[in-house]
Amino acid sequence: MTVSERLPDHPAFLWREDEPKASYDVVVVGGGGHGLATAYYLAKNHGITNVAVLEKGWLAGGNMARNTTIIRSNYLWDESAGIYEHSLRLWETLEEELDTQVMFSQRGVLNLAHNLSDAREGKRRVNANQLNGLDAQWLDAQEIGKLVPILDVTDRPRHPVLGGTFQPRAGIAKHDYVAWGFARAAQALGVDIIQHCEVTGFQTSGDRVTGVSTTRGDIALGRLALSAAGHSGVLAGQLGVRLPLQSHPLQALVSELLEQVLDTVVMSNAVHVYVSQAHKGELVMGAGVDAHVGYGQRGSFHVIEEQMAAAVELFPIFARAHVLRTWAGIVDVTPDASPIIGHLPFDNAYVNCGWGTGGFKATPGVGSVFADTVAEERPHPLAAPFALDRFTTGRLIDEHGAAAVAH
Amino acid sequence: MLRIPCPHCGERDATEFHYGGEAGVDYPSDPAALTDGEWAAYLFVRGNPRGWFRERWFHAAGCRLWFQVERHTVTDEVRTVREGAA
Repeated sequence: MTVSERLPDHPAFLWREDEPKASYDVVVVGGGGHGLATAYYLAKNHGITNVAVLEKGWLAGGNMARNTTIIRSNYLWDESAGIYEHSLRLWETLEEELDTQVMFSQRGVLNLAHNLSDAREGKRRVNANQLNGLDAQWLDAQEIGKLVPILDVTDRPRHPVLGGTFQPRAGIAKHDYVAWGFARAAQALGVDIIQHCEVTGFQTSGDRVTGVSTTRGDIALGRLALSAAGHSGVLAGQLGVRLPLQSHPLQALVSELLEQVLDTVVMSNAVHVYVSQAHKGELVMGAGVDAHVGYGQRGSFHVIEEQMAAAVELFPIFARAHVLRTWAGIVDVTPDASPIIGHLPFDNAYVNCGWGTGGFKATPGVGSVFADTVAEERPHPLAAPFALDRFTTGRLIDEHGAAAVAH
Repeated sequence: MLRIPCPHCGERDATEFHYGGEAGVDYPSDPAALTDGEWAAYLFVRGNPRGWFRERWFHAAGCRLWFQVERHTVTDEVRTVREGAA
């Protein structure tokens, strides 16, 4: 038997490699989840199909490939609950929408409380969530022990579990499938996806951006939509705009493949760890960011070390699991831990950035909201509170308390 | 691990230090005269370059003094070290 007889055929490619055209109605910079979703909804919801997604590396190879895939909407403030819940609702029908499997699993997310301050904050957030119609619950330590039997809910750990918030509709999805699904669906509607095409500068005329310079030539544009996550500050800088962002490495890791032992997402802000078990069996864990500004896509080892110590304290059976791989993505963090969505100081330029450590869950939600903002040339109602000018007016959306490092 | 050269104690692990963000951001000499936009820029906007960055570090587990480092944000290479916070 020859090799070709034993192996299945190579699967059909999900998207084409497009060549850049001379001009587009909308140029989306950044071929990650947000950029691809934005392009898809521009075409699907608004009929704008002469769109290019420019990606400096390979499709969805930045933070879209590096996150821990947690999806939830139980944020404290009304503005946040609005956009994240909009996103969660889109997740619930995304497989039908994109006609592709994304392995969205609503297995619930627990946010643990380890001290009285955590518990008060958690209960306050549950109350706020319920007022916003979200499926938030407060569980005590015993209830958490029943939900996640491998979690040590005794008073033995240094930071004992006193209780926690639970959102049953929250969960995880397979990030690569999400990106590929959006790419395929966007391209089927006419969007060009151009990889290995780095934006190196912009052409402007008065209050308008007229084109981008790229490593694959100049491209004229009608409207510009920046969606470049950790590198948003670098790109905006090329337009002469200083955004209130600091870019940090954020690390995550996976263990070797294990038997299924954990069917809930467990997050703990106080000890800086969040963990779920992927369908395949690896434990997927995230840590906190490095304090310093960095673009190197690798983080400090001591952050991983502290994260593992916390994980083993909470889940004693993890002590014998081996780390298979660690990596980092570059996350752009705003002063209030909320994103920036809306106009740049140009008539036809828009930005979606500042999602920090929590952008994955927003992929379909912000894709649709940002596309609407660009298409209608005014902020979508769910995007309006997240405009750049909130740092001047003082109307901040302070999600540090609800989001902390784990997002 | 990132290693930071303290001008007083020598090169040490970054875990001995506290990060202070961009260096050279002075408190406005006449805060009341600032526009809202200028005040927002002072409060919220800091350099965030992919490249060389002049930043402050505090040697919390050593001499307990602030100093400045010029570090490359991709390679973590350190080019210059200077005493003092400002």
